[in-house]
Amino acid sequence: MTALPKAIADWFGARGWQMHPHQSELLNRADAPALLLIAPTGGGKTLAGFLPTLAELADGGHTGLHTLYVSPLKALAADIKRNLHAPVEEMGLPIRIEDRTGDTTSSARKRQRADPPHILLTTPESLALLTSYEDAPRIFAGLKRVVVDEIHALSESKRGDQLFLALSRLSALCPGLRRVGLSATVDDPGAIAGLLTRHPDPCEVLRADPGPVPDIAMLKTRAAPPWSGGGAAHAIPEVLAQIHAHKTTLIFHNTRAQAEIFFHNLWLANEDALPVGIHHGSLDRAQRERVEAAMTAGKLRAVVCTGSLDLGIDWGDVDLVIQVGAPKNVKRLVQRIGRANHRYNAPSKALLVPANRFEVVECVAALEAAREGDLDGEPRGPGPRDVLCQHILLRACAGPFDAETLYSEVITAGPYSNLSRAEFDDCLDFCATGGYALRAYDRWQRLKRREDGLWQLRDPRAAARIRMNAGTIQDSDTLKVRLRHNRGGRALGEVEEGFAASLSPGDTFLIGGRIVRYEGLREMVVEVSRTAAKKPKIAVFSGTKFATSTRLCARIMTLLQAGNWPALPAHTADWLHLQRSVSRLPAPGRLLLESFPHDGRAHFCVYGFAGRNAQQTLGLLLTKRMEESGLAPMGFVASDYATLIWGLDPVTDPAPLFDRAGLRAGLEGWLASNALMKRSFRGVATIAGLIERNAPGARKSGRQATFSSDILYDTLQKYDPDHLLLRITREEAMRGLVDFARIEEMLDRIGGRIDHMRLDRISPFAAPLLLEVGKVPVAGMAEERLLAEAEAVMAAAGLPD
Amino acid sequence: MSGIEFSLAGAVLTAMGSGALWWAERRIVCVSDLHLGKAARVARRGGGALPPYETRDTLLRLENDLAATHAATVICLGDSFDDLTAAQDLPEDERLWLARLQAGRRWVWIEGNHDPGPVEFGGSHMAELHLPPLSFRHIAQPGQSGEVSGHYHPKVRVQTRLRAISRPAFLFDADRVILPAYGTYTGGLRSSDAALAALMRPEARAIMTGTVPRMVTMPR
Repeated sequence: MTALPKAIADWFGARGWQMHPHQSELLNRADAPALLLIAPTGGGKTLAGFLPTLAELADGGHTGLHTLYVSPLKALAADIKRNLHAPVEEMGLPIRIEDRTGDTTSSARKRQRADPPHILLTTPESLALLTSYEDAPRIFAGLKRVVVDEIHALSESKRGDQLFLALSRLSALCPGLRRVGLSATVDDPGAIAGLLTRHPDPCEVLRADPGPVPDIAMLKTRAAPPWSGGGAAHAIPEVLAQIHAHKTTLIFHNTRAQAEIFFHNLWLANEDALPVGIHHGSLDRAQRERVEAAMTAGKLRAVVCTGSLDLGIDWGDVDLVIQVGAPKNVKRLVQRIGRANHRYNAPSKALLVPANRFEVVECVAALEAAREGDLDGEPRGPGPRDVLCQHILLRACAGPFDAETLYSEVITAGPYSNLSRAEFDDCLDFCATGGYALRAYDRWQRLKRREDGLWQLRDPRAAARIRMNAGTIQDSDTLKVRLRHNRGGRALGEVEEGFAASLSPGDTFLIGGRIVRYEGLREMVVEVSRTAAKKPKIAVFSGTKFATSTRLCARIMTLLQAGNWPALPAHTADWLHLQRSVSRLPAPGRLLLESFPHDGRAHFCVYGFAGRNAQQTLGLLLTKRMEESGLAPMGFVASDYATLIWGLDPVTDPAPLFDRAGLRAGLEGWLASNALMKRSFRGVATIAGLIERNAPGARKSGRQATFSSDILYDTLQKYDPDHLLLRITREEAMRGLVDFARIEEMLDRIGGRIDHMRLDRISPFAAPLLLEVGKVPVAGMAEERLLAEAEAVMAAAGLPD
Repeated sequence: MSGIEFSLAGAVLTAMGSGALWWAERRIVCVSDLHLGKAARVARRGGGALPPYETRDTLLRLENDLAATHAATVICLGDSFDDLTAAQDLPEDERLWLARLQAGRRWVWIEGNHDPGPVEFGGSHMAELHLPPLSFRHIAQPGQSGEVSGHYHPKVRVQTRLRAISRPAFLFDADRVILPAYGTYTGGLRSSDAALAALMRPEARAIMTGTVPRMVTMPR
């Protein structure tokens, strides 16, 4: 065991505190090359991560950087600085602690590079930038430890991939560097350990006492939930009662729009004017910070929020978490529940509020899974190569490099441990020449191979541009919302460009809990005014819709097969009984299809339980195949568990529609021209450094100098369809928005066992789907028809257009 | 060939879906803002290596328009090259292609702000060209009439029942027509921008490019 220096032991002693077992465990194994600590929130996890550092620095003998702390949130870095300062000062330790994030001033950054602190708190992006400086070897000289906080969250995104690549660089600069990861409860700690460690070094997993079993239940409401929708307005009285009964409640929602609607309804019913705030990623930063400050000061009784509060600052007083809407994913549910009661040894308390009848079933299944600790994770696949391209460019900014050496470094990063040399060379070629089939730009290559075989930037001035565009976080296309005022009114937040485009002057929508009236778009700012309207046009900004996980879908089907449902409220159990008597219930290992006439059209319902994105893709592919076989489909709608298609002719022989080769062929043809692909491409091309978000000295605006990434995508499709970035884009779309992987998983699962029910009217399960929003019309040449239609309307009115 | 006819200062013109302007009476095709060599210029300046296919794509579309119209004269309204170096550096096969398009017809390069000066290709170079009743220049000048210009890369955005659709567009009124950018790697400036709104009369119309060109009131 690393002897605990006296100053630290005294500090614990003076407070009558004992170290938690996992804290001393981490001290004991301070020499391990990699350690992953799984601990619940409030378990002294962060202090555990820092104790070995404090012990090693206690004698004041270390000069320069000793420990790097990386967290996904700037706010967390700042918070940890405060929380670490206090004990370090009380212990009287000679340790300098500083943070470095996108918010750090340039003078402070310069000083940090010249004279690094002992402990530097930072984010993956700032770390990647630090490694790109020519003096990186000097900045990181002496670095002994890296602590990665909230590694479970980072490991699910490209930010994590970038971080693990940066760590591979650091290990090359500082041999013997030790890594510690701090994680919330996850389904597969081994997978995270494999990402954290310097491949193939082992990484031991330490588990802290998970604390008492959380107290979770479904909120009982007087009114039954509606058949569809996500507002959960029926549960407002009971939620208010819960807020009354607790000190501080966090009310999580799956989407920002739902959070806004719920917040609005909550205030309409909040007769006692309990202080309740709202927090989500579309709100203006200043407004979010006000809510966070009020929360820290204990001034709020509840916060209506989204994933924006999944991570971050510990609020000790939260004693209830309410999840509105089906949790979609058990792991995230469990992590959210952990946000309540950060005092160790007190059970977290959480309530689930299903927003509609089907979500009741999903909530019950999720509750069972959470109680059993059956967490779900979707495997992520190998490290994305657009992030690798950016890493290569950043490496070039730091100075000339040898390709072989860089490759051997890169494959020590967990996500890239299986990267082949050929794949690496593809990325290097892309960075150097653009990697086009047409060999152009010989004179203007970005990277040049020198006579001695090393690669370097052709133009050293490019380093500044590359650094300006570093990072993997994609700003989706959002527009700022401001109150209209002579000299620029107050910023309220942001909405998606697509949502803004759907607005006409006079339309009302919710943002930040208030109803505003759309006035117009000026210089890419959505201008709004206050309005006394009582009912807003629905705020559909933020399309982040999670798909229900594979594991949870399987549990739901198992639950449906149970026969009778004591765990379900009567209103929902009755619905299932009715479905069983009229049609069938979906079963694991089989595919239930229903055909029935309704409203003069033939309907076809596919209960694939493949999650929202895959069901959506299935709708597109099936309607395309139905079109080809002359069934004249007219439209479809998808949910997490089913796709409902309507058209002129009924499906009589469904099996051929689900032929794998046919679906895949349809995918290849359709995918190329799909908007989802263009969206994925934009992200990939930006991360890989083809498109610059920021150019030096250039004013960012909608001027004619910039042109859309869609044009680049179309051009590549036309002239260079096998280009690296298109390949990366296809792989990404297949896993993400298109989610064809889950269609294939469904096909594997059903193995051709199809139950086709031909009914004379709509089934109880299919009926709620008709009420779902997001119906997709099927029409070739849709844009041309819409423009023609607009023309016809004008003509009918006798107007010239 | 799809197009919409309109008249300017007595001349009957056709706005083609491709973004080219066709003056049938004089057998003139006029295109603006080709920005040939744009990808090479971006790479030269240390930016990303954009797909180097935009010059051939632009020339291919121009070739199709010339074949469809049998034009006797081509007027390029300026910013034909992304800069003068881009013109010098044009790869050999693209030079030959351009020469092929020029063979057997009159070709006029109007100077733009990106290519202010003669380029080493056949054809005549001029700051402006007057062919009464029309005059051709790169940037519109307030107070002129019968004026054909480019420069602004205008686009318009139309709200339909289901979505807003934005496309490059011709803007025209009794005094002038402003052409959309013809080059593949070009963006657009919305017609509602102050610069365009100030140039055009209140009753100005727009013709959206596309497979089927469409005329609308110019959105402001």
